Amino acid sequence: MMPDIAFLSTWALPLVFIGPLIAAAITFIIGSGPVSRFIGLLVPIGVFAVSVLLVFATIDGQVVVSQIAGWPGGVSIAFVGDLLSALMLGASAVLVFVCMVFAYSAGMGIDRWFVPAVSIMTAGVYGAYVTADLFNLFVMVEVALLPSYILMSRRGTLTTLRAARLYLIVNLTASTLFLGGLGVVYGVAGTVNMAALAGLGVLPAVGIATGVILIALMLKAALVPTHSWLPATYPYTSPAITALFSGLLTKIGAYALLRVISLVYEPGRLVVVIVIVVSIASMIVGVLGALGEGTIRGVLTFQMVSGMGYIIVGVVLAGAVGLAAVVFYLVHHMIVMTSLFLTGGTVEHEEGTGIIRRLGGLARAHPVAAFAFLLGALSLIGLPPFSGFWAKVGLLTAAVDAGEFVVLAVALVVSLGTLVSMLKLGSGVFWGAPMGGRDESDDETPSDVTVGPETVGATGVAIDVAAATEAPPVTKWRPLLVIPGLALALVSLGIGLYPEWLLSLTDTAGRSLDDPVVYITAVLGGGSG
Amino acid sequence: MTMAIAVAVLASVGTWLIVRGGAVRLILGFILLGHAVNLVIIAAGGTFRRVAPLVDGGVDLETTADPLPQAFVLTAIVITFGVTVYLLSLLARTAKSSARDQSSRDGGGDPS
Repeated sequence: MMPDIAFLSTWALPLVFIGPLIAAAITFIIGSGPVSRFIGLLVPIGVFAVSVLLVFATIDGQVVVSQIAGWPGGVSIAFVGDLLSALMLGASAVLVFVCMVFAYSAGMGIDRWFVPAVSIMTAGVYGAYVTADLFNLFVMVEVALLPSYILMSRRGTLTTLRAARLYLIVNLTASTLFLGGLGVVYGVAGTVNMAALAGLGVLPAVGIATGVILIALMLKAALVPTHSWLPATYPYTSPAITALFSGLLTKIGAYALLRVISLVYEPGRLVVVIVIVVSIASMIVGVLGALGEGTIRGVLTFQMVSGMGYIIVGVVLAGAVGLAAVVFYLVHHMIVMTSLFLTGGTVEHEEGTGIIRRLGGLARAHPVAAFAFLLGALSLIGLPPFSGFWAKVGLLTAAVDAGEFVVLAVALVVSLGTLVSMLKLGSGVFWGAPMGGRDESDDETPSDVTVGPETVGATGVAIDVAAATEAPPVTKWRPLLVIPGLALALVSLGIGLYPEWLLSLTDTAGRSLDDPVVYITAVLGGGSG
Repeated sequence: MTMAIAVAVLASVGTWLIVRGGAVRLILGFILLGHAVNLVIIAAGGTFRRVAPLVDGGVDLETTADPLPQAFVLTAIVITFGVTVYLLSLLARTAKSSARDQSSRDGGGDPS
């Protein structure tokens, strides 16, 4: 099967950005309803189809370019699909679909802003994966962020609003910094086209100017030392939104860091040391933070910080081997984190709280959800036969190849920390003594993580507070809340059992990132558009 | 040089306003910071070239203004404007909820 390149470059690539925007306009006009919700599910399916075509078109390292309006390369706005973009598009589309199913079953589909906002946000995410221009990357990130501000604050409780305020301020700071960096890059290099900037990082002026952009991206990816906003915001919105954001928004930052660092910089000693120090710090701080948290999503957001360290460190390890490990880890981490957030979100929706010490023994009544959590946790820790195992094998191989034994040691020790924190989470929520969800004292605690009565209107979750306070509330959890998390955990297991196809894809992606000559000539040299 | 001084003043005043805290200072701070960044981008295009192309007859690359930074700044202004409006409404909403909240319970749980 060899898809038509002309079709892909003329229609399919721009469509992954324009399609969701059109869907947002339609769903906004017709308002919430079954049709609107159906369109919300249709868009990720369409994007997934495009990503599959794109994978087949780029499987041998080719690059599909769409020079918008047929302007010559270097002048035009270019959309580029290489194997990395295709993989990111595919993984994101799967996550969006699964999160939409979860959000609908949690009752968020009745909010007329929900489907349009998610559609616009995903348009920005998909657009960020296919753009070949730093300024367009900035615009795409903003397109993704603006609806995310709305989604973040939609629950409307005071705690959520405060979290949304912090989230907005942090992202506005990052965007301002990004824009400033763009100005400086344009000033010293005369272009912001990523292909034209390739290799220019060896010039000190361009290297430093691009560094400003990297700091902004670091903030968005929540790497240490710019991570602290993440655990202060993500756990305080609706569980479905946290799951969606965890798979999409911070991962744009990771993707952009990967793309920019591998294209612009040569892996000189200074670059290697900076990346390794930041990554190791993220791994350690993330896992220590996770150990200290007392809520499900608190633990998981710190695990995101830790995972981000694992993702980024490979960028500077052993060239193509390390870059391939990064791509694999990125895909794995997106799937597993979202799975865990969804399973954790199910607990919060059905038990009314995410505070670990108020939960316990849920595995007896809800074995399927416990199984989904177990799969996700084992994959996150990196045990065989899950995708996390191959992700860590790839990373550790790259660390050994590069002779960076500090990375090897820290990555292994931090995995133990991950094990401990997931054990704590598992034994506190699913195993151990049953505590019986919500109790009277909930009213005195801040509504940090409890899905309180105020939210019933916003999310449509029908929690009967009065009934829940009475003893043993063994209700059956809604299957459609449990299945999304389980499905993603099974995807991770599937990748772990049959890793060859994804490994061969990430291998090719890693080699094209290491030697981006095809990418550069495709973007600058006219292309096929 | 005037550009550099203008950027320095805007950026420092903006930063100062943001770290001082308070809703209005925060907004004003971000607006000033946005202006500083916009000036950086305009300066990146070269302020010495400022002749309009085509209108004054032909295009002389030595004197014609670089259109790309202007397009960047235009986009950035629109985005900053949108975000600022949303931030304003969010702060207003938080302030209102806070006031209502104070009467029922003693705050707490502030993630920021």
